[in-house]
Amino acid sequence: MTIEAASNPALVPVTAQGPIIHPRWVRVTHWVNALAMLMMIGSGWQIYDASPLFRFIYFPPQLALGQWLAGALLWHFAAMWLLVINGIVYVSLGIATGRFRRKLLPIRPRDVVNDFVAALRGKLAHDDLSVYNAVQRLLYVGVILAGVVIVLSGLSIWKPVQLKYLTAFFGGYDFARYVHFFAMASIVGFLTVHVALALIVPKSLRAMIVGR
Amino acid sequence: MPRERRKIPGVDPKLLIKDAAKLLPDPSRRLFLRGAASLGALATLTGCDIIDGPTAEGALRVVSRFNDWVQARLFSETTLATEYPESAITRPFPFNAYYAEDEAPEVDGETYQLEIGGLVDNKKSWTLAELYKLPEVSQITRHVCVEGWSAIGSWQGVKLSDFLKMIGADTKAKYVWFQCAEGYSNTIDMPTALHPQTQLTLKFDHQILPRAYGFPIKIRIPTKLGFKNPKYVTAMWVQNNDAGGYWENQGYNWFSGQ
Repeated sequence: MTIEAASNPALVPVTAQGPIIHPRWVRVTHWVNALAMLMMIGSGWQIYDASPLFRFIYFPPQLALGQWLAGALLWHFAAMWLLVINGIVYVSLGIATGRFRRKLLPIRPRDVVNDFVAALRGKLAHDDLSVYNAVQRLLYVGVILAGVVIVLSGLSIWKPVQLKYLTAFFGGYDFARYVHFFAMASIVGFLTVHVALALIVPKSLRAMIVGR
Repeated sequence: MPRERRKIPGVDPKLLIKDAAKLLPDPSRRLFLRGAASLGALATLTGCDIIDGPTAEGALRVVSRFNDWVQARLFSETTLATEYPESAITRPFPFNAYYAEDEAPEVDGETYQLEIGGLVDNKKSWTLAELYKLPEVSQITRHVCVEGWSAIGSWQGVKLSDFLKMIGADTKAKYVWFQCAEGYSNTIDMPTALHPQTQLTLKFDHQILPRAYGFPIKIRIPTKLGFKNPKYVTAMWVQNNDAGGYWENQGYNWFSGQ
């Protein structure tokens, strides 16, 4: 039984089939975030294509969202509210409930190496979904930080005059576009691994939907 | 309010409009919300048609109007765009429009007059000779295009807030509307028109504004995206109704502040 469930009777199911792994607020914010991220990434790719940073990187319109630049910008600046508000709720609750500290810390480099090697050998156990291994912890903390960077660098591109000190922090307008791009690339890289592993271990997907 | 466009000597409006359509999406996919594989897959998964065109487009436009409101509140009349040294100027400064450079308006400076209208005491038109005599301000600032690229340019001209006061404009009016030689237009909010760096630009890098950069008049607004900086300006109206603009009417965010 997790601490959230134990301390909150509402979370203890009437017909318990096992402990709650992910409380409802985690599941709701997770899926809202998944939707917001897909909208932000899809429209962001379309916006990128209007003025690519790399000659060899171009996103096919079939994968992008918004049909043309104006449509993509409308999507991007609408979905940003969903992403940011949901993100603030998630991070605040993660800190306030102690879930981040409990689930994501500590991260010891030696554990990361050991767990990574074990994972490559197919010997990393997933018996207890409520405990994250060191590689998971590192990736989850990393993607949360990438989320913070992508929002702040995005703000600095959107408002390089009104928020000019933030833009300066990201190395100026032009450099902030690269920061924003690489934060996106990190998140897409995370998503690829994350989705693949969720499909390999389907009970982890079930836990994120029904909670256990 | 009369919206009839005067013929500008030396300008062929037909030629200038004809390329405008190129940047629009194909008419068959005019609704710009469909065709997203990522979201499409999700829509199938959830069984809800979230990319149902007109509904979603309407909702997105509502959010865009909300974003106008947010940006107007975020805008500060005292926050200045960063100014750069001469060495930072992008050379050559890019030409940018929805038409090719050789199709840019050719305005005859001899016969040109800037038309003034709307909520203004003195509606007298201005010749270039008269405008060149007004006190000059200068700025080296970053032009940021809605596409993402940016370039640093050097612009000289009359501070727009001074000009508005000089002609007796009602600065309590909500908008200033600009009409351009090729049919382009923009409406901007009055607080932006009164911003200390908003400039009625007559020169680029201390030379009379070349045709490529908007001869005879560009409105330089470093607190707005490039497309909200009209070139080849032929008329300026102070008014309380939002007359929209060339790109704004096609779905680009109206405020487009920086």
